[in-house]
Amino acid sequence: MTKTLNLTLKVWRQNGPDSMGRLETYNAGDISTDMSFLEMIDVINEQLTIEGKEPIAFDHDCREGICGMCGTVVNGRPHGPEKGTTLCQLHMRHFSDGDTIVIEPWRSRAFKIIKDLVVDRGALDKIIQAGGYVSVNTGGAPDANAIPISQDTAEKAMDAAACIGCGACVAACPNASAMLFTSAKISQLALLPQGRPEAATRAIAMVRAMDELGFGNCTNERECEAECPKEISIVNIARMNREFFKAAFFSEVK
Amino acid sequence: MRLDAKIPAGPVAEKWDLHRFGLKLVNPANKRKYEIIVVGTGLAGGSASASLAELGYNVKTFCIQDSPRRAHSIAAQGGINASKNYQNDGDSDWRLFYDTVKGGDFRAREANVYRLAQLSGNIIDQCVAQGVPFAREYGGQLANRSFGGAQVSRTFYARGQTGQQLLLGAYSALSRQIAAGKVKMYPRREMLDVVVIDGQAGGIVARNLVTGEIEKYSADAVVLATGGYANVFFLSTNAMASNVTATYRAYKRGAFFANPCFTQIHPTCIPVHGTYQSKLTLMSESLRNDGRVWVPKKPGDKRSPSQIPESERDYYLENKYPSFGNLVPRDVASRNAKEQCDLGKGVGETGLAVYLDFADAINRDGRDVITKKYGNLFQMYEKITAENPYETPMMIYPAVHYTMGGLWVDYNLMSTIDGLFVLGEANFSDHGANRLGASALMQGLADGYFIIPYTIGGYLAANTKKQVSTDHPAFKESADRIESGVKRLLSIKGKRTADDFHRQLGNIMWEYCGMSRNDEDLIKARKLIRDLRGEFWENVLVPGSDKDFNQSLEKAGRVADFLEFGELMVIDALARRESCGGHFNEGYQTEENEARRDDENFCHVSAWEYKGEGKDPELNKEQLAFENVKLTQRSYK
Repeated sequence: MTKTLNLTLKVWRQNGPDSMGRLETYNAGDISTDMSFLEMIDVINEQLTIEGKEPIAFDHDCREGICGMCGTVVNGRPHGPEKGTTLCQLHMRHFSDGDTIVIEPWRSRAFKIIKDLVVDRGALDKIIQAGGYVSVNTGGAPDANAIPISQDTAEKAMDAAACIGCGACVAACPNASAMLFTSAKISQLALLPQGRPEAATRAIAMVRAMDELGFGNCTNERECEAECPKEISIVNIARMNREFFKAAFFSEVK
Repeated sequence: MRLDAKIPAGPVAEKWDLHRFGLKLVNPANKRKYEIIVVGTGLAGGSASASLAELGYNVKTFCIQDSPRRAHSIAAQGGINASKNYQNDGDSDWRLFYDTVKGGDFRAREANVYRLAQLSGNIIDQCVAQGVPFAREYGGQLANRSFGGAQVSRTFYARGQTGQQLLLGAYSALSRQIAAGKVKMYPRREMLDVVVIDGQAGGIVARNLVTGEIEKYSADAVVLATGGYANVFFLSTNAMASNVTATYRAYKRGAFFANPCFTQIHPTCIPVHGTYQSKLTLMSESLRNDGRVWVPKKPGDKRSPSQIPESERDYYLENKYPSFGNLVPRDVASRNAKEQCDLGKGVGETGLAVYLDFADAINRDGRDVITKKYGNLFQMYEKITAENPYETPMMIYPAVHYTMGGLWVDYNLMSTIDGLFVLGEANFSDHGANRLGASALMQGLADGYFIIPYTIGGYLAANTKKQVSTDHPAFKESADRIESGVKRLLSIKGKRTADDFHRQLGNIMWEYCGMSRNDEDLIKARKLIRDLRGEFWENVLVPGSDKDFNQSLEKAGRVADFLEFGELMVIDALARRESCGGHFNEGYQTEENEARRDDENFCHVSAWEYKGEGKDPELNKEQLAFENVKLTQRSYK
């Protein structure tokens, strides 16, 4: 049943990467419980605009939980309180009348704030550029059925490949580590025969890029797995570590 | 202007091979001397950028999002077609070609569609080689399913995330070329103009969405892969940033816009729940295999579905179409849902929904079977609506989700501006008046991986290379015009937000130029759009400044273009005096209420030419010749 809520929002506002930020308080009245979290921000932004104030900058695009563009920390939790849910798929029925909601951007040394809740996640693209691919040019690929891949392997690769690159794992981690993100791609390609020829170079290059970009290390807090909207498992981190050690100790890759 | 589609001579199955052989080649050592701009990083733009860079060209790639991995291709669920015939069930290039031409209600170009079918198998090979984790059988072979009513199983899929996995494959290939220095990537940029010098595309002008700077980029050829324009309806299944600006501004520079009124409306979406709603979510149409569509017989019946007895329910699709029942094609199902709601029989809080009921299927097959088939969809539905579809019927309503129209291109995918190529949903070429399921991904990747790498070479090799630089006065003229447009938007300081105008435009388009159209409504819509556009330029309120990250300003620019483009759609819909595929004019229907084509007078592509501000666009026609597929009438009774 649709109800309406009256909420108090405390939203992080920051003009640019070099300015000081602050939490601003807004009253959000008459919020329908059927709204998504981002639709609630839309409503606030329309009000702010009409009042002659600058609306809250926030990233979003597909609004169906797949593009990975949206994401803020809601009451201390990336993408808010619901498990396996992106912010755009979080509905206001999960909040109660009178609640105070604190909304902050992803925080990590590697993610510079652009404005308000918008951060620069370009570092994640750089990790992929370091080796998150199979080096195959267009054309000349063998018939798709030439290499059989067991259903179980394909499923495990798909579990890892489901990562949407939103950065919630980094925001959740006390060390701002990007291990879950990096390991998801390393795992997907290490599991598949197409990815094996470059497995050693990939593991070393991607882990190195991750370190250089300012992401922290993993200390097994498991916060990333708990907050991942696609529920990517930390089994992938274990697999990445195995790939990395194998490459470092038993291959000639430097 | 006479449109020359440059369709190669010869039998349809040999055209592409003959054409490729006829195209001039660029010497490998010379490729590095060319610069190519690609706008958009969805399946078409991402795959084109990677493939062109692999060949040795210098590529500059632009996207509106913060990363090239997020383009809206990512949201495609169902799958991708290919005529591999792995299932030994009678598929072939010919059959995929035939199905696509017929499904498009005979308004697509045969030669392009055949090529698409021919290339479909290569796409699957390429994607598997990249490590795309398609679904597999126990023996390790690729799995296929039948999709969208096709009689063969030719759809490859990766759970319900096929678009995501294919896009991440293209993105990985693109990332490799960025690392190799062959692609320079420009994220968070919005293309605002194509620069045309002596009739040739010489570059683009874009706004840096972080700093607000207007930036100029030159190139030897420009490729647009900027997607469709479904967001002209405000509510659609498209992502929030999807827009018409890049293609519309190219249109204003001389690229013809083809068949803008061809839009596809999907029957099974989650209904609108309030005025604050920002977008719609698609549910796979496979649900209609087991769900029964109904509404209460009595208009205005507000009882809960469980209190409405069998005798007071109207299973309108089953009654009206006894042989196809709930499985009528997308356009028929959509139009009938709207009709029921217009009669006041719609359900839910807004009255804009119909029931899709699984009670009979659960009683017949058991809950486990239904869960196995649709579990993930039921879960998604429950997440959004907080209702359990195992216990209470789903509510669905049609929504716009794809646009078949787009910039006109010839067989080489080049627009009417020399050197301006258009790929994927942004062009018009392959789907005619209606797109079949699992064909959008196929077309985007065929264009990007396997067509543009050949045809762009033919263009570059045939043209003596002219040095283009951003110092050319055409770049300054364009940048100045954009700057003043931006300043104008900010200076109006009216009382309504761009979103507010967009929502009103969407209502006009949906009411009068939506799934069912008539002349009277269309004429009315044209006036309403003009009036709204007039008000927009006097009363829009855009906060913030131009040299800043300003999402309100981005939005306002896109809405301004939609307000012009909407009128072009209406003009096109009025000019096409027939019904076909996604364009249904009530004045042209069979006795069975199906679309009635007029092959004698309208077997053509309508390509609109911009004639200047305040002037009506001019219609140019490309006649379509059907030499391999016989024109027939659809019937579903």
